[in-house]
Amino acid sequence: MTAITTPDPAALGLRENATFDRATIAAIRHAAQTGLYDIRGGGAKRRLPHFDDLLFLGASMSRYPLEGYRERCDTDVTIGTRFAKKPLHLKTPVTIAGMSFGSLSGQAKEALGRGASEVGTSTTTGDGGMTEEERGHSETLVYQYLPSRYGMNPKHLRLADAIEVVLGQGAKPGGGGMLLGQKITERVAAMRTLPVGIDQRSACRHPDWTGPDDLRIKITELREITDWEKPIYVKIGASRPYYDVALAIKAGADAIVLDGMQGGTAATQDVFIEHVGIPTLAAIPQAVDALQEAGLHRQVQLIVSGGVRSGADVAKALALGADAVSIGTAALIALGDNDPALEDEYRKIGSAAGYYDDWQAGQDPAGITTQDPELSKRLDPVAAGHRLANLLRVMTMEAQIIARACGKAHLAHLEPEDLVALTIEAAAMTRRPLAGTDWIPGLAPAAQAAPVAPVAPVASAAPAGGGA
Amino acid sequence: MGTLSVDQSTRVDLRQRTVTDLNQALHQAPAGSQWEVLHPDGQHAIAAGLAAPITVKIEGHVGYFAAGMNEEASVEISGNAGVGVAENMMSGRVHVHGSASQSAGATAHGGLLVIDGDAAARCGISMKGVNIVVGGGVGHMSAFMAQAGALVICGDAGDGLGDSIYEARLYVRGKVGQLGADCVAKEMRPEHLAELSGLLAQAGLDHDPAEFRRYGSARQLYNFHVENAFAY
Ligand SMILES: Cc1cc2nc3c(=O)[nH]c(=O)nc-3n(C[C@H](O)[C@H](O)[C@H](O)COP(=O)(O)O)c2cc1C
Repeated sequence: MTAITTPDPAALGLRENATFDRATIAAIRHAAQTGLYDIRGGGAKRRLPHFDDLLFLGASMSRYPLEGYRERCDTDVTIGTRFAKKPLHLKTPVTIAGMSFGSLSGQAKEALGRGASEVGTSTTTGDGGMTEEERGHSETLVYQYLPSRYGMNPKHLRLADAIEVVLGQGAKPGGGGMLLGQKITERVAAMRTLPVGIDQRSACRHPDWTGPDDLRIKITELREITDWEKPIYVKIGASRPYYDVALAIKAGADAIVLDGMQGGTAATQDVFIEHVGIPTLAAIPQAVDALQEAGLHRQVQLIVSGGVRSGADVAKALALGADAVSIGTAALIALGDNDPALEDEYRKIGSAAGYYDDWQAGQDPAGITTQDPELSKRLDPVAAGHRLANLLRVMTMEAQIIARACGKAHLAHLEPEDLVALTIEAAAMTRRPLAGTDWIPGLAPAAQAAPVAPVAPVASAAPAGGGA
Repeated sequence: MGTLSVDQSTRVDLRQRTVTDLNQALHQAPAGSQWEVLHPDGQHAIAAGLAAPITVKIEGHVGYFAAGMNEEASVEISGNAGVGVAENMMSGRVHVHGSASQSAGATAHGGLLVIDGDAAARCGISMKGVNIVVGGGVGHMSAFMAQAGALVICGDAGDGLGDSIYEARLYVRGKVGQLGADCVAKEMRPEHLAELSGLLAQAGLDHDPAEFRRYGSARQLYNFHVENAFAY
């Protein structure tokens, strides 16, 4: 750092414009100078209603807590109980989200597999297909079936433990994928059957089906090919979750993956990340409504992702009705992404530790979001995998701490009644009362007076708060 | 629709057995075994996921995704095929004697798909190495984002042929509507004529390769340039 201190503009009485703040000015200048829009990794950066806007009530006179560390609080979850002959049994409801080889190095994929297997949870492939690094090190592997079908191989379909049909991602509902030329090495190009060094666009629509009726037939085909053994997930980017979940159920999904707009991506236009889709918090209750109305809540499992960082987030997602969660960004941070020890190197490429989001560029000094063999070598898959396992253990234990405090002997017993909202937005979205009040914005007064939680885990509850 | 002559060994009537019964039997079938399927009646995913060198003759019309993801097997369909016939085929051969609906051979990586009649829209979409020979014409947006392999069209091609095409080779005998973005007519060199006559012979067609024109990628959209903004 330089010793010369420039005076803080605010101290001079200068005032930053809230509409044209510095990041906005920089974006306008960049567009004008280059003619390019910003492509980056990560999820939405703006502040959004999120799990932080909920609190657990904990036990009280009328609720008995469980003794910490002594009384059992189980954490396992089974996914794919509806139609699959071989459902997945996971020891923790925290799973690893689909991240493509190509966006991530082979070492990073191996580390994800090692970390997840150490604690008994699953990892997920991504655009570009299945790699040896991941299948070899992940005990439970979910195989993504994406519009691009890059590397799509029926042998891999049979090698997988579950299949995830990807309709969209929270970071870009309605968008396809993108892998810039600099990350297309010979191996990545060969896996995707494309020339080396060209930008790879992944289609945003599946090539051989459109709409829910076709999806039903597609799911049947996948089941036929794999002899009805494997659970089939449908991944949805949160935009119209009530309808999308209802239609995915109708199409025969065993599980729904619901990804909110905070969800990370390897490379997407900033304008897409920040302006398309709805927050994770807003999406969950709508998805749960659809599951309950179908009478299939807990039978078709709901896996939530998009901004899950801690055991508190896990517990809140489960209390709102999810069966499991997925993490992407947090897993990469556990591996070593944005490590302050790499500060100098981040500065050299125009970023800083804690801000690095050029996951599309392939220059990651941590060796995670790159295909450069020298950079990739920096990531030790064994040590990084162990760090991920630690994070997964901490998240699971934190969720247990909260569950015990709420008197629950299993994480799956957490329920909406355990929660209150801190903000009016969160109260309206989750239909939990604002803390310290019995006020749920948007709910008819009669319904508010009812002692039962509006999103109680009973089948066929009418959608609460519908626009009267 | 003509009746196929069958060297019969196992015959499955889909009015007696389910598609799942059939597929599970086919998935376990020994190499070299021969199968005949009766009364497909437009059901979906018939003979999907085959992974051994067996022969399956289907007498009639099939629904979506017939012979989907085929590996090594030879599947013959006497009638018409629904959406996505031979989608993501890896190897082997699928022959449709009638016409095929949308997305025939979508994303297929290898093998040969022959359609004696016409193919509807998006034939060969995102194809990744398969060879497809269509005796008639193809609908709009065929070979969209086609990555590798060859698509032979003996009739006409609809609008948007080869839109956003990568390295696949397209051979068309009839008229072509408006070409898709970045798809251009290309010189027919000797290696292309050789490839084309080989594919026509494999499909049992005797057109003169000289009657075809070749189309492929201009490779102008391979890397993002802002000046191309209106082509995206
Ligand atoms: C580097 C990276 C690559 C990704 N690749 C894929 C992908 O190939 N397919 C997919 O469905 N989602 C992909 N995603 C999204 C994740 O599956 C997941 O939805 C998201 O990361 C969850 O949000 P979180 O990052 O806040 O945990 C990717 C995310 C990241 C960060």
